[in-house]
Amino acid sequence: MSRVGNNAGRAVTILEKVTALLGEGAVLKAGTDRVPRFAPGSPDAVALLLSTAHQEGWRVRIEGAGTWLQSDAPADLALTTRRLDRIPAIEPSDLTATAEAGIGLDQLRQQLADRGAWLGIDPPGLAGRTLGSVVSSATAGPLRHGFGPIKDHLLGVTFVTGDGRMVQSGGRVMKNVAGYDLTRLQAGGFGAFGVIVLVHLRLRTLPRADITYVLEGAREDLTQVGEDIAAAGLTPAALELVSPALARRERWALAVRLAGSPALVAADEAGLGAGSGGGRFTPLRAEEAHAFWMRLAEGFAVRPVTFRIGAVPTASDELLDLLQHQLGDEWISASPAAGAIRWTGEASIDRLQRLRRTLAGLEVPLTLERAPWSLRSAVGHFGAYREGVGPLVTGLRRTFDPGGALVVATEGE
Amino acid sequence: MTGASSLLARDLAAIVGEKHVRQARAERMTYAMDGLPTHRRVPDLVVLPGTREELIAVVRLLAALSVPFVPRGAGTGLSGGALADEGAVLLVLTRLNRILKIEPAHRLAIVEPGVVNAKLGAAVRPHGLQYAPDPSSQTACTIGGNVAENAGGPHCLKYGVTANHILALEVLLPDGSLVELGSPGGEPWGPDLAGVFVGSEGNFGIATRITVRLTPLARAVRTMLADFHSLRAAGEAVSAIIAAGIVPAALEMMDQSCIRAVEDSVYAAGYPRDAAAILLVELDGGNEAAVIAESDAVTDLLRRSGARAVRCAANDVERERLWQGRKKAFGAMGRLSRDLVVQDAVVPRSALPGVLETISGIAQRYGLVVSNVFHAGDGNLHPNISFDATDPALKQRVEAASAEIMSTCIAAGGTITGEHGVGLDKLRYMPLIFDAESLGAMQAVRRVFDPEERVNPGKVVPVHACREWATTRAAR
Repeated sequence: MSRVGNNAGRAVTILEKVTALLGEGAVLKAGTDRVPRFAPGSPDAVALLLSTAHQEGWRVRIEGAGTWLQSDAPADLALTTRRLDRIPAIEPSDLTATAEAGIGLDQLRQQLADRGAWLGIDPPGLAGRTLGSVVSSATAGPLRHGFGPIKDHLLGVTFVTGDGRMVQSGGRVMKNVAGYDLTRLQAGGFGAFGVIVLVHLRLRTLPRADITYVLEGAREDLTQVGEDIAAAGLTPAALELVSPALARRERWALAVRLAGSPALVAADEAGLGAGSGGGRFTPLRAEEAHAFWMRLAEGFAVRPVTFRIGAVPTASDELLDLLQHQLGDEWISASPAAGAIRWTGEASIDRLQRLRRTLAGLEVPLTLERAPWSLRSAVGHFGAYREGVGPLVTGLRRTFDPGGALVVATEGE
Repeated sequence: MTGASSLLARDLAAIVGEKHVRQARAERMTYAMDGLPTHRRVPDLVVLPGTREELIAVVRLLAALSVPFVPRGAGTGLSGGALADEGAVLLVLTRLNRILKIEPAHRLAIVEPGVVNAKLGAAVRPHGLQYAPDPSSQTACTIGGNVAENAGGPHCLKYGVTANHILALEVLLPDGSLVELGSPGGEPWGPDLAGVFVGSEGNFGIATRITVRLTPLARAVRTMLADFHSLRAAGEAVSAIIAAGIVPAALEMMDQSCIRAVEDSVYAAGYPRDAAAILLVELDGGNEAAVIAESDAVTDLLRRSGARAVRCAANDVERERLWQGRKKAFGAMGRLSRDLVVQDAVVPRSALPGVLETISGIAQRYGLVVSNVFHAGDGNLHPNISFDATDPALKQRVEAASAEIMSTCIAAGGTITGEHGVGLDKLRYMPLIFDAESLGAMQAVRRVFDPEERVNPGKVVPVHACREWATTRAAR
């Protein structure tokens, strides 16, 4: 770490060299840590910058809009994708789109909606969080229940490796098995295997009906209601159990989002009334529903530590108990039927490492999504690898970042 | 067989038993082809391990001797992917056919690679569950093969392909070591290596235990048959359904040549023989009222798009019959000629009508019979070329026409394979869709799993077209 960070002379050299390489337009104001920051304006410029960084031995921090992962990794320079904000293609009739990685989700959603199309993801974070951030961290939100994890929405990606090579994976069509699936390596790779610059997306038609119902109660009761809904054959887009602090309610809340064709939604609404004992669910007005889901998403971007765990569907209750016991009753959101739980709050290195070990014993991986560098470098985004996985991850890291230019806390120290 | 092979055969027989090592040429010939008649390779040795332990011992022996090998399931693949050259041992995994566990509450099952797709489906059905990927060969193809190829099927439109249904894998790497990828809940331990493994066409190792996701059986199903005067009208009906925000469980199309082949066969499904195209549309869900409402909407869209008639299967028997015609279409086309090349490509849905017309022109120009049966909802085409492989000139025309069909699909913004894989057959097309850097990256990833490039050599990535990448696997 000694050559990184506050070496002012080195920073000036980097600033001059990169300015000469990419032009003044790519230079951003440095943050409080004085690390020079650059915003390449094209995928080729990203490749040029990383190729140079590789040759010069510079260490590079990858950033998006700066609203999700803390911008605090020690590095010689920061590369932000925020100028890669174009949407080269939206094809509503094919339900596909191609967008650059630095586009904000809010802008992308708006442009898709204008064309009658919809991206069935609602990741945690602020509205302007970049597409690249969501894909590289594979942070799915409540819509995972109905539409699957982030990887299911990707048709292909283009990424730049740590030594500046541009690689395409996948394509722009609905099915594709040509070549190995490097898109899945990038989805959830946290940038360890390259910087995503372009994403080909699978879309859906903008739902013609979209309504959210909420039921408050004791957690165990709501878990049972959730199971009843699944057993009744309903197909909600989201079925999310939210802790009182996060939902800003007195008790736990079970939120059910129905989205799709009017016929499908109407049928599920009828089923919901019957399944929950005669209309105990409260429907939210459109603006209330929007505020509810936005609060939920934003809640995970404000506390210092956020992680997710993934288990079999029936394990949620037991795991929620475990989280409350080991870390306290913080802000939690769970998609019980998808087996996904997200937690945010304050936690120490020790506690997180202990929790990861405990969960590993239950065959439940813990992925650290956000944390200050001091914590994430110690705990790692990943850890507690199963047999044989570590050498494969290291091999892939060396393949896609042979000089170790990309500063990513893949595994803990 | 060489002397070295015969020594190896003896050592392999010591592991799996003599009768499970096939040395005689006549026996090895059985494995010289897969479902595609245009590629033929006779393996040096064929081994059929019967247990996971035997398989591990075999792979470790081959690793110690640096012998290349090729994993193979039921051999129903359509890309020449499971063929072994001389000098390579073919590992046939069909005896590893145990369903190890079904956990209905967790909606998962753990199976060995040789379990037949349809048998898994039958085993989980009593629990109200299904294994959704349903390739047309599902009565014969194995889950291990499905994983290797990332297999699809008609119902993948709504439920997703194999990759969407694999939670975890125990993988035997070519060096004989075992790794565990993925977890029972589907969240990876780190990067999504299970996702990377699926579709790697046997180039990364062998999946020895496969944890699959099960989904609830639909409570309500409507299967409809619509027939059209033209392929274009049928293609436009597909677009209209998708644009309406309706996601059918399946949305399949067949052209007239295919319809007639089916209707002339024992699989006759009652398709109208004079139709230029038919669409088979299946809607399903957890709720009868919703499915009825959506099927009414689809019927309306089909009629407005020019359907001559729309018929809904009245009961399960009718439904099965409609599906049998579709699923056995490839078999039925066997009546048209001695051999059949089942092609596989994907185009953007909106490009379907134009691409189908171009393919028809290519067929006419080469004087070939091309029948189309395909997953229209995904834009996944299967132009099937009927021919006689014993006629070298005709075989050459088939190759040339296939190449033109691929070029047409690529030019339309599509890709060279949607579910059959690259194998040997599509190697030559890979540089048309990936540059040297991207092909080099794929090859480098392969070397992380298989540094010696010993498992299924010569498939998927055309090595001559790759830019060089360095790869190092960390020491174990």
